[in-house]
Amino acid sequence: MATVELTNVSKSYGNVEVLRDINLSLEKGEFVVFVGPSGCGKSTLLRMIAGLEDISGGELRIDGKPMNDVLPAQRGIAMVFQSYALYPHMTVFENMAFGLEQARLSKPEIEARVREASKMLQIEALLDRKPKQLSGGQRQRVAIGRAITRDPRVFLFDEPLSNLDAALRVDTRLEIAGLGERLPDTTMIYVTHDQVEAMTLADRIVVLNGGIVEQVGTPMELYEKPASQFVAGFIGSPRMNFLTGPPAKAHGAAVYGIRPEHIALSRESGDWTGRVVLTERLGSDTFVHVDVEAVGAVNVRIEGRSEIHGGDTVHLTPDPASVHLFDNRGRPLAG
Amino acid sequence: MSANPVKSRLSRNRTRSAWLFLLPMLVTLFVVAAWPLGRTVWFSFTDASLDMMSEARWVGIRNYLEYVDFGGGEGQYYGLLADARWWRSVWNTVLFAVVSVSFETVFGLIIALVLNQQFRGRGLVRAAVLIPWAIPTIVSARMWAWMLHDQFGIINDMLQGLGLIAEPIAWTASPDTAMIAVLIVDIWKTTPFMALLILAGLQMVPGDIYEAAKLDGIPAWRVFRKVTLPLIMPAVLVAVVFRALDALRVFDIVYVLTPNTDATRTMSVYARENLFDYDQFAYGSAASTLLFLIIALITITFIMATRMDLEGKRS
Repeated sequence: MATVELTNVSKSYGNVEVLRDINLSLEKGEFVVFVGPSGCGKSTLLRMIAGLEDISGGELRIDGKPMNDVLPAQRGIAMVFQSYALYPHMTVFENMAFGLEQARLSKPEIEARVREASKMLQIEALLDRKPKQLSGGQRQRVAIGRAITRDPRVFLFDEPLSNLDAALRVDTRLEIAGLGERLPDTTMIYVTHDQVEAMTLADRIVVLNGGIVEQVGTPMELYEKPASQFVAGFIGSPRMNFLTGPPAKAHGAAVYGIRPEHIALSRESGDWTGRVVLTERLGSDTFVHVDVEAVGAVNVRIEGRSEIHGGDTVHLTPDPASVHLFDNRGRPLAG
Repeated sequence: MSANPVKSRLSRNRTRSAWLFLLPMLVTLFVVAAWPLGRTVWFSFTDASLDMMSEARWVGIRNYLEYVDFGGGEGQYYGLLADARWWRSVWNTVLFAVVSVSFETVFGLIIALVLNQQFRGRGLVRAAVLIPWAIPTIVSARMWAWMLHDQFGIINDMLQGLGLIAEPIAWTASPDTAMIAVLIVDIWKTTPFMALLILAGLQMVPGDIYEAAKLDGIPAWRVFRKVTLPLIMPAVLVAVVFRALDALRVFDIVYVLTPNTDATRTMSVYARENLFDYDQFAYGSAASTLLFLIIALITITFIMATRMDLEGKRS
């Protein structure tokens, strides 16, 4: 059964339409990630579900009930903010208990809920501290803990990792993934601009661009069958090569797309011949940037180390089964 | 720095330039604050008068307190500490400070909360609110003196028109209303300053916690009491101290609006009267010295009582 349903939802500020015709149906317990470049409307969409932004058009339902005019606190949602939004003058315990006190829960009940959430997130030792005595990662846990105590039907995350450093980001990402499994009945909606977070966390990804939904699907569907050139370029790292020259014309397409990992590189022979401009060595992978005459710049990913250097001449062979063709409006062509 | 004898040349250079930058301020402070203050304290223990300041002689604490024996077991205390007019001035000053600062804080807070909201023309309103503060006190006191005039004043006219009073009130002349008149003018004038300081505090409160409070379903009044107020309290307390310091040495508004009345004479007015009008320079100096001590005492007590965070360690 769907917990969150959006029907023709739109959002305008004055004459500027930032979201239009959003139709989504999220299953109970599903982990859904909204992803897109900045300004695509993903955070606005999340805030509309939360009730922090008015819905200009269309309908939002949670558990079958219309929610357009319901106060945020009555929607059965909880939200983790990008900036954590902890009350700076309250202790961790008070931060988590504040909303519960308002909901007129009994003292023992509040105590129990806060203990349970803080145990789940291993922040029991921090309950008496103020937010400024915590590290970024700890604050993030408190913010998540505060959301858990509300026992929400829908859990909203607004770019929760963007203020953390790289190492902590990976750890916290794993924890959020674990959280999704520990709360199997809670629907998770997670907003990010980072496609890696989207790919690793999501049951389903919603790709937004310019205020419309480009594609909805599992991470692998998006990777293998992108519904547009935008999605093809956005999902996957390094980015898909888009070639407009002879390879595209040979297939009767405007754009010929091939991912760097789907090109074989050889010193002896191949379909295309070019000169290496630059190599990037990551240890586990090597990215080779090749300038192919009449084709253009092509990025190739090779597993492991490679002895190829700038200036070398190499031969490339794209895997024909992994080629993506697009027309001049960015729509995929069968083939 | 005896614990660290090997001090690099760079750090010695830094220390030297730090003192160099501080020097102009220290010199200025000495010239305009420490020196006059010291002179005033000194004069308060002498018999100085305006025309013979250089011949002032030390007389001990006579200006503060002196027992004059009339003989036959009769005698009387003289001096500032035994002067009922002085203590009336102290009371007037404290009353004025407490009432005016209280009202200014409450009104300032309300105005700051309104100005902190998004609305059309907010910039204009913010500027307009400051007008009373921008007008020189002498000018606004004169302006209000006319408005409060017992025969031609618009205030009496309006109150009579509304039927609230039957007879015109001599606001500034009557001892019953003189203090109220001074308070009205001061509150009108200084509330914008308070509002501005509190507004600065309000703008430091991160907006996202209000969204968190919305999700928690906290009603507006409780958000104000439990979130906004504790967070702006440090700013409010600093504003209160500033204003209290100002109010405790109030002079101009009283001097222009209600000269020469026991009902509103403040410590500063009292000191000036003695210094210049009555040619009791030493006695006036004693009043100035006590005024300084009383303000210092009240301010320090307030800072300690509210455990104010003057060094910004806790925020």
